[in-house]
Amino acid sequence: MLTRILTWSGSSVLTVLHDAGRLWQVASTALVRTIMVPLRGGRLRVNATASQVIAAGNNSLALVALISLLIGMILALQTAYQLRQLGVTSLVADLVAISMTRELAPLITAILVAGRVGSAITAELGTMKISQEIDALTVMGIDPISLVVVPRIISLVVAVPALTVFSGLLGILGGCGVGVFILGLGAQGYLTDSISALVQQDVWGGVIKALVFGLIIGAVSCQQGLDTEGGADEVGRSTTRAVVRSIVLIIAADLFVTALLYLRGQT
Amino acid sequence: MSLAQPIIEARGLHKSFGDKIVLDGIDLEIETGETLIILGASGSGKSTLLRCLIGLEEPDEGQVIVAGTDLFRAKRQELARLRQSMGVAFQAGALFTSMTVGENIDLPLEELTDLPKSTRQLIVRIKLALVGLEGTADLYPSELSGGMRKRVAFARAMALDPHILFADEPSAGLDPITSAGLDQLLIRLREVFDVTLIVVTHELESAFAVGERIALIDRGRILAIGTPDEVKASTNDVVRRFLDRETEIAAEHGERYRQWITGQ
Repeated sequence: MLTRILTWSGSSVLTVLHDAGRLWQVASTALVRTIMVPLRGGRLRVNATASQVIAAGNNSLALVALISLLIGMILALQTAYQLRQLGVTSLVADLVAISMTRELAPLITAILVAGRVGSAITAELGTMKISQEIDALTVMGIDPISLVVVPRIISLVVAVPALTVFSGLLGILGGCGVGVFILGLGAQGYLTDSISALVQQDVWGGVIKALVFGLIIGAVSCQQGLDTEGGADEVGRSTTRAVVRSIVLIIAADLFVTALLYLRGQT
Repeated sequence: MSLAQPIIEARGLHKSFGDKIVLDGIDLEIETGETLIILGASGSGKSTLLRCLIGLEEPDEGQVIVAGTDLFRAKRQELARLRQSMGVAFQAGALFTSMTVGENIDLPLEELTDLPKSTRQLIVRIKLALVGLEGTADLYPSELSGGMRKRVAFARAMALDPHILFADEPSAGLDPITSAGLDQLLIRLREVFDVTLIVVTHELESAFAVGERIALIDRGRILAIGTPDEVKASTNDVVRRFLDRETEIAAEHGERYRQWITGQ
């Protein structure tokens, strides 16, 4: 029994380390290609990247809008419940604006994009891998990282921050709806309070988080896709793994970036 | 058959996956301009050997030398140059399903050359005509039959006019007529472009129709290598069984087969 537990835990640790190594390999190679290829006068693939950005944005826009609006409304109701006891319901606008911008908009957006776009990337790359399309690129002398991975990572690094800003705005609007129709606050006053509550660092903090989250989703999804071996069932497993790992890493990175921003704000 | 310098040399290739030995000391020289068939049953190691020869699978031991350069120790630029001189037609075609037939053939031209679009389009039309698929440039791979997909794979593999063409199981899964058509296509490609052709197959008929030399591989070792007549004349038991299409288990291991089937 003990041997079995030790074997299982040992092999699990090795798998995690192997995957972490591969993730680092894919992400760092993609980063080097992104920087070095234009410097060496290589092909930029602007069209391919732009169409990936549009696809990532289009695929997630409606979902991000709906969820952000609902989260903004829930947040306004929850904070109003607490603030009413202190008699400062007017602070709902400030709290919703700050929470959405600094924390919830980047987090919600990233989780939704991981589920919606990241999974699609893993499934696409996984299918390309098992049908030897990736091998075909390699033997042609075309670098799969440059052709397939870089445009997808860039698209997420661009789309996630853009969607985050959109999510923040929708969240504030959702909160405003609750403020006006349930809490009896004035719409203009609510929006003015929301804007005045935010400082530049709140906005940049959210955008920086979104950039990191976009990078994580892109790198994890592509790595899982490229490392798919076997058949159709493995594509499914890789896709699930990509979403789960993206979400875990997003939340871990969120803590790290939040702590950094907090410490930076203190000094 | 030309007897020029070997364009590909495999030296002492060993490859294992876990406990399973797939290549067990393969030595092979392929001469410039020749057509070599790597023949073997399923699980014989022929596909792994092919993956080693095209640089997709690094052997545990041994070297693959292509045009004087070690494939697994070459610098990136050197490797890119080598790869452009090699075309590979994969078993199921490995066409990019999100691209049309024309875009598939154009991809290596667009990515690896500075040719203007009009020239590239002309090349695409020429390559499609070469494989007998004129007028299919705007179709998607999903709209093609299995045989047509393999022809497109050959057209794409030939896009950059490589010196070496690899074909992985070109006739697998095809009807005898389509299969014979592909054999004829391979012979034509070799004659027109004077390429070194390496075909991996388990189809005897195809092997003897196309091959100038045949290497018969079994359990990761080359059992026989020579002209089709030399291989046919081989007295090696395993070679004879393969050529006579006798199943190994039934012929040699009847008792083992009985144990396996009854679980005793």
